[in-house]
Amino acid sequence: MSAQSQKNLQQYVLRLADNALIIGQRLSEWCGHAPALEEDIATANTALDLIGQARNWFAYASELDTDGRSEDQLALLRDERDYLNVLLVEQPNGDYGNTLMRQFIFDIWHFYLLEGLTRSADATISAIAEKSIKEVNYHVSRSSDLIIRLGNGTEESHGKLQEALNNLWRYSGELTLSDALDDEMLALGIGADLSGVERKFQAAITRGFHEASLVAPKIGYMQRGGKTGVHSESMGRLLAEMQVMQRSHPNLTW
Amino acid sequence: MGKRLNTQYEKRPDIAQIWAWLEDVPDPEIPAVSVVDLGIIRDVVWNKDRLKVTLTPTYSGCPATGVITLDVQTALLKHGLDSVDIINQMTPPWTTDWISHIGREKLKAYGIAPPVGEASCAGMLRLGAADMPDIQCPRCDSLKTELVSQFGSTPCKASYRCKNCLEPFDYFKTY
Repeated sequence: MSAQSQKNLQQYVLRLADNALIIGQRLSEWCGHAPALEEDIATANTALDLIGQARNWFAYASELDTDGRSEDQLALLRDERDYLNVLLVEQPNGDYGNTLMRQFIFDIWHFYLLEGLTRSADATISAIAEKSIKEVNYHVSRSSDLIIRLGNGTEESHGKLQEALNNLWRYSGELTLSDALDDEMLALGIGADLSGVERKFQAAITRGFHEASLVAPKIGYMQRGGKTGVHSESMGRLLAEMQVMQRSHPNLTW
Repeated sequence: MGKRLNTQYEKRPDIAQIWAWLEDVPDPEIPAVSVVDLGIIRDVVWNKDRLKVTLTPTYSGCPATGVITLDVQTALLKHGLDSVDIINQMTPPWTTDWISHIGREKLKAYGIAPPVGEASCAGMLRLGAADMPDIQCPRCDSLKTELVSQFGSTPCKASYRCKNCLEPFDYFKTY
């Protein structure tokens, strides 16, 4: 593999790693604060799955790193512009309805993205995808169950979910937007076909919103930038909290 | 040829013996069952005078994975095996279908309802609550039980309540 193709493959893997890590970090913020004990445990467990998946991706990204950085260095010591996660996952938790809506949108997309990656020509990527999708299947079942129940619940629960959807839908476009790196990885048989992912994502999420009596807003301009390191305002604060231990105590280990 | 090999590695304990030793290594989070019962040990083979043990992680983020590697290494060291390579293998992904019959009985005796049915393949996305099979209370065997939470004290479990004896219990999710 040429140095450039290795670098590109690593960037692709880092996108997957960062998505799982950053949404895992956001979910962890609920630990000890969720509205009910069962929700607290469920949120922490989902975060655990996602951070575990992130570790698998980071271990591979570390293998591909031409500067020899470890998985911890990649996960915890890059600067904001070097994180390649989509904007959706870094959005603040807001209320619990907002967190659930963010999770529902993410889970459905994550499922179809991983489904595509299980067919990757890269054996490590397909192995991690095959392992992760079993966990994500369960995440989908949980978040969709809650969205459907709360969407058809009280006026208040319905209102909160609709407001969350109005707030978050603008970040959904980026999820399936292909750029040059996606095209290159797809051509090599390594990456997922995002147009196929988009078709399935839209069909499933439309059905989910319908069952939950929710309506996605019509949005003229979808936010984008995270995949190339251009993040929203809240990303800096998230990183400040996530990185503080490694920054103040370099090389700290558990 | 076979004879020469035997002489060369005569100090190698045989594989069946090593499996028996591993059956004494408890799962760190559910000590009632061993890592062998759970199907976490996939393979044990000799490569000349080095032993290769292949493990498979259960859930991606399961904190027990690192401890299990260490526990297996320590247990083998206690039996004098110091040239051991532990390989963590992700494919095929671990499934509860690999939990042995004995493992299931031990889980139930410990108060954890063992997984019901075979793991379905993750090929289809379904919206809404997963179809949960009837779960039998590990204490009173009643089938009148209800799901309290899809998650429990470890990633592999869900929380249930028995409507007959009123006891809460863990269910080892089919996965």
